[in-house]
Amino acid sequence: MSIVDKPKVSNSVAESQVSKIIRMALLLVFNVGAIWFIYQASTKGFYQIAIVLGIIVVFFDIIFTLEKGYPFRYMAFGLAFMLIFVIYPIFFTTYIAFTNYGDGHLLTKEQALRQIEQETYLPAEGKSYTWTAYKSAEGNYALWLVDKTTGETLLAKPGEPIISAKPGDPGIGEIGTDGAPATIDGYAKLNKLLAASDKTLPNIKFGEEGVEGAKTVQVRSPNEAAELQIRYLYDKAADTLTDQETGRVYYDKEGVFTSTDGRTVSPGFRATVGWKNFKNFFTSPALKGPLIRILVWNFVFPLISVVSTFALGVSIAIMYNEEGFPLKKLIRTLLLIPYTIPSVITILIWRGMLNSEFGVINRILNSIIGTAPRWTTEPIWAQIAVLIVNLWLGFPYMMLISSGALQSIPSDIYEAATIDGASSWQKFRSITLPLLLVAVGPLLIASYVFNFNNFGLIYLFIGGGPAIVGASTNAGHTDILLSYIYKLAFESGGRGVQYGLASAISIVLFILVGTMTLLQYRFTNMWEEVSENA
Amino acid sequence: MPNNNKIKQSSIKRQRRVSVIIRLIVAVLLIAFAIFPVLWMISASFDNSNSLATQSLIPANAGVSNYLRLFNKDPNFSFGEIKYWTWLSNSIKISSISTILSLTITTLAAFAFSRLRFNGRVGMLKGILLIQAFPNLLSLVATFTLISNIGNIVKAIGLNTHAGLILVYMGGSMGMNIWLMKGYLDTIPRAIDESGMLDGATPFQIFWHLLLPLLRPILFVVAILSFIGTYGDFLLARVLLNDSSKYTLMVGLQIFTAGQFDKKWGVFAAGALIGALPIMLIYFFLQDQIVGGLTQGSVKG
Repeated sequence: MSIVDKPKVSNSVAESQVSKIIRMALLLVFNVGAIWFIYQASTKGFYQIAIVLGIIVVFFDIIFTLEKGYPFRYMAFGLAFMLIFVIYPIFFTTYIAFTNYGDGHLLTKEQALRQIEQETYLPAEGKSYTWTAYKSAEGNYALWLVDKTTGETLLAKPGEPIISAKPGDPGIGEIGTDGAPATIDGYAKLNKLLAASDKTLPNIKFGEEGVEGAKTVQVRSPNEAAELQIRYLYDKAADTLTDQETGRVYYDKEGVFTSTDGRTVSPGFRATVGWKNFKNFFTSPALKGPLIRILVWNFVFPLISVVSTFALGVSIAIMYNEEGFPLKKLIRTLLLIPYTIPSVITILIWRGMLNSEFGVINRILNSIIGTAPRWTTEPIWAQIAVLIVNLWLGFPYMMLISSGALQSIPSDIYEAATIDGASSWQKFRSITLPLLLVAVGPLLIASYVFNFNNFGLIYLFIGGGPAIVGASTNAGHTDILLSYIYKLAFESGGRGVQYGLASAISIVLFILVGTMTLLQYRFTNMWEEVSENA
Repeated sequence: MPNNNKIKQSSIKRQRRVSVIIRLIVAVLLIAFAIFPVLWMISASFDNSNSLATQSLIPANAGVSNYLRLFNKDPNFSFGEIKYWTWLSNSIKISSISTILSLTITTLAAFAFSRLRFNGRVGMLKGILLIQAFPNLLSLVATFTLISNIGNIVKAIGLNTHAGLILVYMGGSMGMNIWLMKGYLDTIPRAIDESGMLDGATPFQIFWHLLLPLLRPILFVVAILSFIGTYGDFLLARVLLNDSSKYTLMVGLQIFTAGQFDKKWGVFAAGALIGALPIMLIYFFLQDQIVGGLTQGSVKG
């Protein structure tokens, strides 16, 4: 720590005109793109994204125009990415935890309303046409329509805009005795009787569907076809939907438009539901029981993992630490192998090796002792298997860090202890271990946190299984919070995805992991170092 | 009594020799534990029977048919949804691009934090440290929703796109590597900057021409670690990609294990071995640099 101010690079910039023009041009392009994006986001109801991007635009505009913002230009992109993909998701998770986001409530209100407003119904009365049906060889239908009041003639096909057409137009034959064209290219006329008895015809919507302002026509009776009407009218001020056919009024109730007599309009949409997701855990035994099991295992599993990998790693480091031990380099290199393969791959290899029926481990055990544990179906054996695999995955790292730390323990302490007549075990207990723990302590905490969230191992090896009996969600005996969240959100197993519930658990995970990491900062004085050495 | 002393010495020597032999035996056992799964994978990949149930350490039916199957050269074996080479190239592409981008972002930021002086500098460093306590894989659901919403506006960076996945990796990279980079930059003497300043160089010129060449060793280590980390990522890639032609290798290999794993075991092992080899080679050739970087930085992710 020097008191004298360190020499620093001057922040003032001598910038050429050309680079200034390029900078401003790029900033302009960025602004145009970002503002377009913000506009699109707000029309789709993604207001939060719009706000976050808005903040970034303002921040970029300030630092890239004002001289004072110069140092921030270097970190602008890093901070922007961090804001969007790390900080915002933290807040967004908190928001989702208080919503019903999940199956049945996947859309924003804007998106849901847009779908609802496209729904139509066939009115009992109103504008009507006489109709003649045509059918193609492929089974497609076409309709020749005559407006009952104006006499205008129209040609309608499903999925295509209804066009006004006259007999004799290209592709349309001359008018027949029944007042409709005798032929339409590619289609054959159905006689009245055949058309009236056709069962699919009344269900076909002719014209474009779901396009604003487009007409859609449906057959109502053998003599009449009618234009479909918009079914629901949304009143923005009152936040109600009114069914035009029945006159029933629907109110927004926790993300579903619901009438007073309990009818609902789908799709539902995201809405805040207060503490419901959190309360569910305390009130529903089918949720509470499994969650407590998962929590306990989530603390126990990394603890045993860290202790076992550290014990093995330290033992190896000490055993082969001595200068001139034969084959020292080779032994260490071979023992490092588990560390050098992407863990996804080795976890899957272990999954095959520990397969209860065909796996090599059980084949060997069966032939030697005549019995073998069912690793995948018995909870306790599944947990043991996870710990064995993690011991294999984790001990080389512990070996690396502890042999590094061993080098830093001065040898004269051992000499002094030897003179005092200390045994090897005493030397280990009162010299090596305490000094080692001081050196690698922070890394052990980091390793605990890593294993606390070791989704890859739990999910790839055993999918969190075997399932907990009686759980209302897809919870298993080896599940940790993170794998449970994943399953709730993405692998519901037919129970419906539950983003809201998953986010509520994420909050718990945030608090636990955050506390542990902050503890690690305290332990290592990292916090103080930032202010002192910065 | 010189004779007595000699006996004592030779007994110590004998004790030592016994201890070495015991430790060597233990070493053999430990090595067996460490490399057995790897040997098993190699042996499975050369076992033509392609079955988990009949495989032995020295395959009775040795050959390269699993590799031919991986190359789609076996007409009797249908891959269906398995597109191994697409996955491998996706993985290499995604890891390379995110490594280069994240290195650019973090190096520039680390330069500013190390060399420039501005208001809120310490506060921001503390902020980054604080945010690091909440890794973005914990906000899985929010990240998924965010990318899905973004994709509703610009499809090219939404769900099931590599660009979207890379953007998410970018978000996490700042907190990960900035400490390593800044720490290294702090060790480079500031006299170098001053000499540049005297010549009238702008801060960016100092960074580009004077500091960047000196940063090469640490850039190399961070690049390797970041590449390995991204290459081995499973969770984010699994959540954000849902089309089998978009998968990364790690997601794809997991797909092998769905369904009748025991009937695809050999092909899986061949694919796993090819996928693991580049990373293993990197580790063996660059062991010392990587270990040095690791003990300063984070736990393997």
